[in-house]
Amino acid sequence: MADKKSEIVLDPLFNNNPIALQVLGICSALAVTTKLETTAVMCLAVIGVLVASNVTVSLLRNHIPPSIRIIVQLTVIASLVIITDQILKAYVYDISRQISVYVGLIITNCIIMGRAEAFAMQNGPVMSMLDGLGNGLGYSVILLGTGFLRELFGAGKIFGQTVLPLVTEGGWYVPNGLMVLSPGAFFIIGLFIWAIRTWKPAQIEED
Amino acid sequence: MQFSVRYIVLFSAAICVACAILVSSSAVSLYDMQQSNFAEFKQKNVLEAAGFIKPGEVVDPAKIEQMMSRVRPCLIDTKTGEIIGGDDGHAAAFDQQKAKRDPTTSFPVDKNAARVKRVPNRAQIFEVLAEDGSVEMVVLPVEGYGLWSTLLGFIALDAADLTTVRGLTFYDHKETPGLGGEVDNPRWKSLWPGRRVFGDDGSVAIEVIKGPAGPVADDPYRVDGLAGATITARGVSNMLLFWLGQEGFGPFLEKYATRIGAKEAA
Amino acid sequence: MLEQYLSLAVKAIFVENMALAFFLGMCSFLACSKKVDTALGLGFAVIFVSTVTVPANNLIYNYLLKEGALSWVSPSFATTDLSFLGFLTYIGTIAAMVQIVEMTLDRFFPALYGALGVFLPLIAVNCAILGASLFMVERDYTLGESAVFGLGSGIGFFLAIGSLAAIREKLRYSNVPAGLRGLGLTFILTGLMAIGFMAFSGIAL
Repeated sequence: MADKKSEIVLDPLFNNNPIALQVLGICSALAVTTKLETTAVMCLAVIGVLVASNVTVSLLRNHIPPSIRIIVQLTVIASLVIITDQILKAYVYDISRQISVYVGLIITNCIIMGRAEAFAMQNGPVMSMLDGLGNGLGYSVILLGTGFLRELFGAGKIFGQTVLPLVTEGGWYVPNGLMVLSPGAFFIIGLFIWAIRTWKPAQIEED
Repeated sequence: MQFSVRYIVLFSAAICVACAILVSSSAVSLYDMQQSNFAEFKQKNVLEAAGFIKPGEVVDPAKIEQMMSRVRPCLIDTKTGEIIGGDDGHAAAFDQQKAKRDPTTSFPVDKNAARVKRVPNRAQIFEVLAEDGSVEMVVLPVEGYGLWSTLLGFIALDAADLTTVRGLTFYDHKETPGLGGEVDNPRWKSLWPGRRVFGDDGSVAIEVIKGPAGPVADDPYRVDGLAGATITARGVSNMLLFWLGQEGFGPFLEKYATRIGAKEAA
Repeated sequence: MLEQYLSLAVKAIFVENMALAFFLGMCSFLACSKKVDTALGLGFAVIFVSTVTVPANNLIYNYLLKEGALSWVSPSFATTDLSFLGFLTYIGTIAAMVQIVEMTLDRFFPALYGALGVFLPLIAVNCAILGASLFMVERDYTLGESAVFGLGSGIGFFLAIGSLAAIREKLRYSNVPAGLRGLGLTFILTGLMAIGFMAFSGIAL
């Protein structure tokens, strides 16, 4: 049993990553990863909403009439997202301003809908919580990796601290403009997927 | 499992009520905190334009409050340029963005390069006081269209001549990071203090040019362009042209100049 | 007037393309672009739903949620601000609209329903649609403008996903490194297309 639990949490990290394999929750992954700080806040928000929505849906799973299943899930998720948004606005105002619309778009982040539908509807609350945690972490691994590379090469900083002093500020590093632009995020995630699949060839797609 | 229609209706009603209560209570209970964050954010930007705090510097709220004691918000009538209520409490809570959107508290303006569509009837400006209580500089809100969307910011002018820039800051913009986004680069902002916005004939003369401008003393009306961001730079020029002109704060600056002059004479 | 709508439409289609400038609706953009047919089907459904939902949400925002919007009910509500309920109502409207569109199509245009059928439910969680509504609120569009914006952003998404699918169909004949095949390469492709679309940025109309 303990094995199964840790499997539920660890599996989505690399073996069944929501972004790299399940193609879920990509929109928000791109817009917020220019800085590690915003990325980290976004990851926490997604993990929070994902865990809470999985638990709620799982608790309600035997009471939800199938005909209104989707809209009930959406309502639960949307409420959780609004609460998250309100909390972010109250406690980390600066960051919430930077990721403004994208917090709202967590509602349509398919990871959350997808896990509610695929896992929480069939499993008990504890398992669902772990599943939410695992998938949230899987999402965060890719996002934080992308955010790290983008901030490091795009602005020469990590968490706002200068690591590579920029030419414009008297250092030697010429920042790579591509990294700060959104296409940079696509390239990095594409390469990430390549790396993961080279490591775990079972994930390679037959074309 | 079968569900009756009655059950479905009741169930959805229950979910709606439960969610509504949760959402509303969180919104209501966090409202005050959000408002104070918002107010603090605005104050920080005014202080930044005035050069009291450095961009990105973390300042604790007590210190902000202490510095804000030197800043006096005033409401002005944008058309006539008169100062309305100098009473601090009332003026501090003014929300200019809201006033601008509401047709009853704003008026439309002709098509202009800064793409400003409406100007609020009343605007909030800030007087920054020197140690002896005299007005040291005036901070004016400015906004205008860059490449992607509207940039919002503050410009601080020296009260002695109302033409020397003391600082410029942008607190909200969505320009391309690394290119137009450099408008909030401290290094670029540091090029502004000392430049002059009005030429000898009294018209707005300041301009962000393409390429480098000279040092403040030789080249007072021009500022270095932003590499790779011609449109954002032009947006900054256009916004200053609009807000310092007759449709923006022109009337206010004229009246204010005579007011300060009178005070000095007396 | 017409000129203004036209420029808004062009802006929504090209300059501010939902998929390639704001990266919204990416999940279905990447997942449903293997074949041109399915991509076009999804694209059509997005055009349809966003044209309906953006103006609908505009009405809801202006007459129910905005601060002071409820004053038509009673003057005492003049300061009520319900905009924090925005997300919840927009997504509700979208889900409900998708259902209504689905049923109407099924009843009156069975052929179109057959073609779009599978994609309609997917659209409820397409962030391009919710994104369009959120942008509409943020930018204070009027009812007419939001209809044009909804249509334009739908067409923009349609164009983007159609062209991505066309490229991917061609790519089947190329020799791609094994690990990059499929999703990995699609990401890189989307990045390149986005760079192409950046050429439109800043075009003032």
